[in-house]
Amino acid sequence: MTTATDAILDHHEHKATGIKRWLFTTNHKDIGSMYLWFAFIMFLLGGSMAMVIRAELFQPGLQLINPDFFNQLTTVHGLIMVFGAVMPAFVGLANWMIPMMIGAPDMALPRLNNWSFWILPFAFSILLMSFFLGGAPNFGWTFYAPLSTTYSNGSTAFFVFAVHIMGISSIMGAINVIVTIINMRAPGMSYMKMPLFVWTFLITAYLLIAVMPVLAGVVTMVLTDTYFGTSFFDASGGGDPVMFQHIFWFFGHPEVYIMILPAFGIVSTTIPAFSRKKLFGYSSMVYATSSIAFLSFIVWAHHMFTTGMPLLGELFFMYCTMLIAVPTGVKIFNWMATMWRGSISFEVPMLFSIAFVILFTIGGFSGLMLAMAPVDFQYHDTYFVVAHFHYVLVTGSIFSIFAAAYYWLPKWTGHMFNERLGKAHFWCSLVSVNLLFFPMHFLGLAGMPRRIPDYALQFADFNMWVSIGGFAFGLSQLIFLAVVIKCIRGGEKAPAKPWDGAEGLEWTVPSPAPYHTFATPPKID
Amino acid sequence: MKSRYLGWPLLGALFFNSAWAESKFNLTQGVTEASREVYDLHMLVLYICTVIGVIVFGAMAWSMFFHRKSKGYVPATFHESTKVELLWTIIPIIILIGMAYPATLTLIDLENNDDSDLTIQVTGSQWKWHYKYFDQDVEFYSSLSTPRAQWDNLSGVGEAKGENYLLEVDNSLVIPINRKVRFLITSDDVIHSWWVPAFAVKQDAIPGFINEAWTNVTEPGTFRGQCAELCGKDHGYMPIVVDALAEDEFDGWLQAQKEAAIAAVEAEKASLAERMTLDELMALGESTYQTACAACHQPNGQGLPPAFPALKGSPIAIGDISKHIDIVVNGVPGTSMQAFGKQLSLKQLAAVITYERNAWGNNTGDLVQTSDVKAATGK
Repeated sequence: MTTATDAILDHHEHKATGIKRWLFTTNHKDIGSMYLWFAFIMFLLGGSMAMVIRAELFQPGLQLINPDFFNQLTTVHGLIMVFGAVMPAFVGLANWMIPMMIGAPDMALPRLNNWSFWILPFAFSILLMSFFLGGAPNFGWTFYAPLSTTYSNGSTAFFVFAVHIMGISSIMGAINVIVTIINMRAPGMSYMKMPLFVWTFLITAYLLIAVMPVLAGVVTMVLTDTYFGTSFFDASGGGDPVMFQHIFWFFGHPEVYIMILPAFGIVSTTIPAFSRKKLFGYSSMVYATSSIAFLSFIVWAHHMFTTGMPLLGELFFMYCTMLIAVPTGVKIFNWMATMWRGSISFEVPMLFSIAFVILFTIGGFSGLMLAMAPVDFQYHDTYFVVAHFHYVLVTGSIFSIFAAAYYWLPKWTGHMFNERLGKAHFWCSLVSVNLLFFPMHFLGLAGMPRRIPDYALQFADFNMWVSIGGFAFGLSQLIFLAVVIKCIRGGEKAPAKPWDGAEGLEWTVPSPAPYHTFATPPKID
Repeated sequence: MKSRYLGWPLLGALFFNSAWAESKFNLTQGVTEASREVYDLHMLVLYICTVIGVIVFGAMAWSMFFHRKSKGYVPATFHESTKVELLWTIIPIIILIGMAYPATLTLIDLENNDDSDLTIQVTGSQWKWHYKYFDQDVEFYSSLSTPRAQWDNLSGVGEAKGENYLLEVDNSLVIPINRKVRFLITSDDVIHSWWVPAFAVKQDAIPGFINEAWTNVTEPGTFRGQCAELCGKDHGYMPIVVDALAEDEFDGWLQAQKEAAIAAVEAEKASLAERMTLDELMALGESTYQTACAACHQPNGQGLPPAFPALKGSPIAIGDISKHIDIVVNGVPGTSMQAFGKQLSLKQLAAVITYERNAWGNNTGDLVQTSDVKAATGK
């Protein structure tokens, strides 16, 4: 009898050992962990490339690398950070947390889940392989034709196939998120009772399904233009290079929101927890997120104000883009109101969340400035833009990912992380990231174009500061690695709910979360 | 819309210091009506963002300081208010309309390309600009004039950098002040972007299409800009320099250019009869090679394969002469190899081809004369 029960329990906790566990796993927690590790490794790799770029830009003159290799590094840095670091990190969080937040035993499509992760390493191997086979993509992560077609260095095929695989992975991940959320919520959890984190991932997944096929289409057109003699983007064959930009940015702008909406979900979870007060304006948050998602489809050409659009086109895209400030503002005001008259404490996840709100808002301000078409003629393709999107993506998306990691590390590992090291990571990152990105605003306003390997002398002192900030920010991330490894290996035992203000089903299971949770769905009132 | 009317006392004197306007921290006001309008718009939005930032970050700071657990603050329980949500939806919309109105007026002005006094075609190519004055028979290429030794520290110790490092060209674009100058902007290969911050003009140069932009400069001077759209390896090395001259000086300059163009045609004809020695050809060839060819094929002729093949020991540079001439003069369609027939004189072409056939150990001993180039191509 005892043996039979043991056998059942054993079966219940069954997992293969060694490499097979990870290769064949269909467990959402295992897959979530793999996504997060993969994202972190890619973050360090893409970051190292950025540090080589900053080393070259430390002083005027070509010191370390030639201009062609410089372009390869900026291109691959962008691709790795967008498709290899930020997006997989969010998918990892979705895998780990969505089933536990909605009371589901796993993701709805576990085998698909395994596959969508395991094709990613192949995609990035193909991309990185190109460095050793005649040169990596050197046409910018935006791969504007005809630089990426007729005039490419022969890396276009590697690039296109890598992006195809990343796209397939993203689409499968998104399908999984949608099916899970729609079908596997615990009884009683209506849509308007879902945690906002789950809402933002649901909306993000719909955006992914809408635009990833567009990206697949445009890279395929680039492929056939390069190798099969088509002329989609070649005026001499009746095509149009600007059409490339329209198609690319029809993918590209929603893509930007794919990388920020989950961040909104994360800080909408952490700020109430450490303010010990419910999220202000839950339903307005849901509507604001949906409005941002909708607007993201009708603003793409604000990336193209200088391409010679007709006046009416410029006006339309300028007005729509400015309109995005309204729902985004609502979200920021709601977080402010959540903190207002709360009972705030400053654990590491909260520090990253507060920094997120402030620095993301600064990125939003520069975004509003860029939305104004006449002034965009001056800002476009300068370091002002570089500053803008790094504020939104690094101090926005990546800071929110850190907040999430610190918030749920006790749940994942069963141990509390080292608070002092975590705070050191936060303060080092905060100071260095602003030294890194804030002076870029000034460089852009003073007239420094982006994507140049060398610059005029008046830009020299700011570039030196920026580079110092860059090295410091890169090195600071090693503290995070130390925190996570220490936390996995041991530390103070974490209770089921280590944060007194936290809410949600994930805190009703023990820490570390058992291999299988919510085999029986919980009942929500 | 004068910027001083936008001075809101909230922000303190620092931001309103007149030095702020032309400091290295801020956008240039430029030298045209349009650029000043753009600057005012930039400052308007900047001030609005600053005020909103002060309010939002101030409220957060207040909460962080006073409403903290360590002070024993008991949390309130409110968590929604339709009234407040409406308020912070409607007020931003009103502010946005206040910003959109002047932006629309400025944009309409910037896009009005009518009634120009002078039209100049601007053509980008990897990695130089070409300027053609419409109806004037004046055209020329403009490329970086900073010596390689100043910027390339990879292949040796760099020389000291000059004042206008990377922002200087061999032939500046020259325009008159107080006249509306229209630019027709296009490209020969990839997308470039013609940008002069002082004019607030940035317009993409797109192969196969023509974009318009205009400026009307109010004060003479030299204004510098750069290509703004990633256009390949030497994107960072295609600056723009514009000399704005008083009207009569400009007319004199234009006349001199026309005469120079006629003289160049005469010189071209005369050079056909000329027989140059190997040394003469090599000397002219080397200097031409350094300006026109070395960016891709490298000063040592080893190129940057696979995109930019080596010339040292290449079957073309040591093989059939007429094939070699054909490639240099007509380029290779669908690659970065441009047609240099229209960029260089016959004499320069002959010299550079001779140089390529005899430098870096290619030692073919071949001499290519001006008349050979003419005969091989019919140029």
